[in-house]
Amino acid sequence: MDFTRRETLALGAGAALMSFLPMRANAEAVDDLIAAFTGGAEMGDAGVDLNAPEIAENGNTVPVEVSAPGAKAILLLAAGNPTPPVAQFNFGPLAGSQTASTRIRLAGTQDLIAIAQLGDGTFARTSKTVKVTIGGCGG
Amino acid sequence: MATGVKPRVKVPGSASAGEVITIKTLISHPMESGQRKDSDGNKIPRSIINRFTCDFNGQNVIDVTLEPAISTNPYVEFQATVPETGEFQFKWYDDDGSVYEDNKPITVG
Repeated sequence: MDFTRRETLALGAGAALMSFLPMRANAEAVDDLIAAFTGGAEMGDAGVDLNAPEIAENGNTVPVEVSAPGAKAILLLAAGNPTPPVAQFNFGPLAGSQTASTRIRLAGTQDLIAIAQLGDGTFARTSKTVKVTIGGCGG
Repeated sequence: MATGVKPRVKVPGSASAGEVITIKTLISHPMESGQRKDSDGNKIPRSIINRFTCDFNGQNVIDVTLEPAISTNPYVEFQATVPETGEFQFKWYDDDGSVYEDNKPITVG
């Protein structure tokens, strides 16, 4: 099978586009989830903490901790997972502190995003990049 | 349908009034994400615990929405204020409709 230069270029461009498309769809999904949580409100930087390892050897179980003093709820997203939502923590009146830790799956190296709804109704956002050596989606 | 689901909770037996205690919970559950395929290439259907709640004497401590990105055997650690002697109620809600429960008493002295 012979390819002309033009066909080869077109194929290459198509392949590049294909590889970008899922990424873009995912970024949109993340934006939609954030908008659904905040109602489109502005987000500050201070007030929410996200603790995760810089390098996770095994993407199947990555320990993470979120905390936001005085928050009502914290939303945790993994921007590079096939399904970005990870968990939402809603704190009740008897919560000792607005802190929670759990273990999550990460498909690969990506950004974790935590958004907190603070006590005064405003929102705060933080993110952290986690490098994953072995992905956790059983692909 | 998940089999062999067993909740495990660690709560101190006693506390002083108003003390903030740390609670660790773990439940053995496969948390099948719905992304994996079996050897024939068929998708394994999603089967996860989608919600976890903790209450103390009917008052809410934490309510967590879990997604498929939570690891197998979901582990949640959080803190609670203990105003009086009573009981913590833990509930895990499975995709298949079952609810797993555990209770832990605590005395304030």
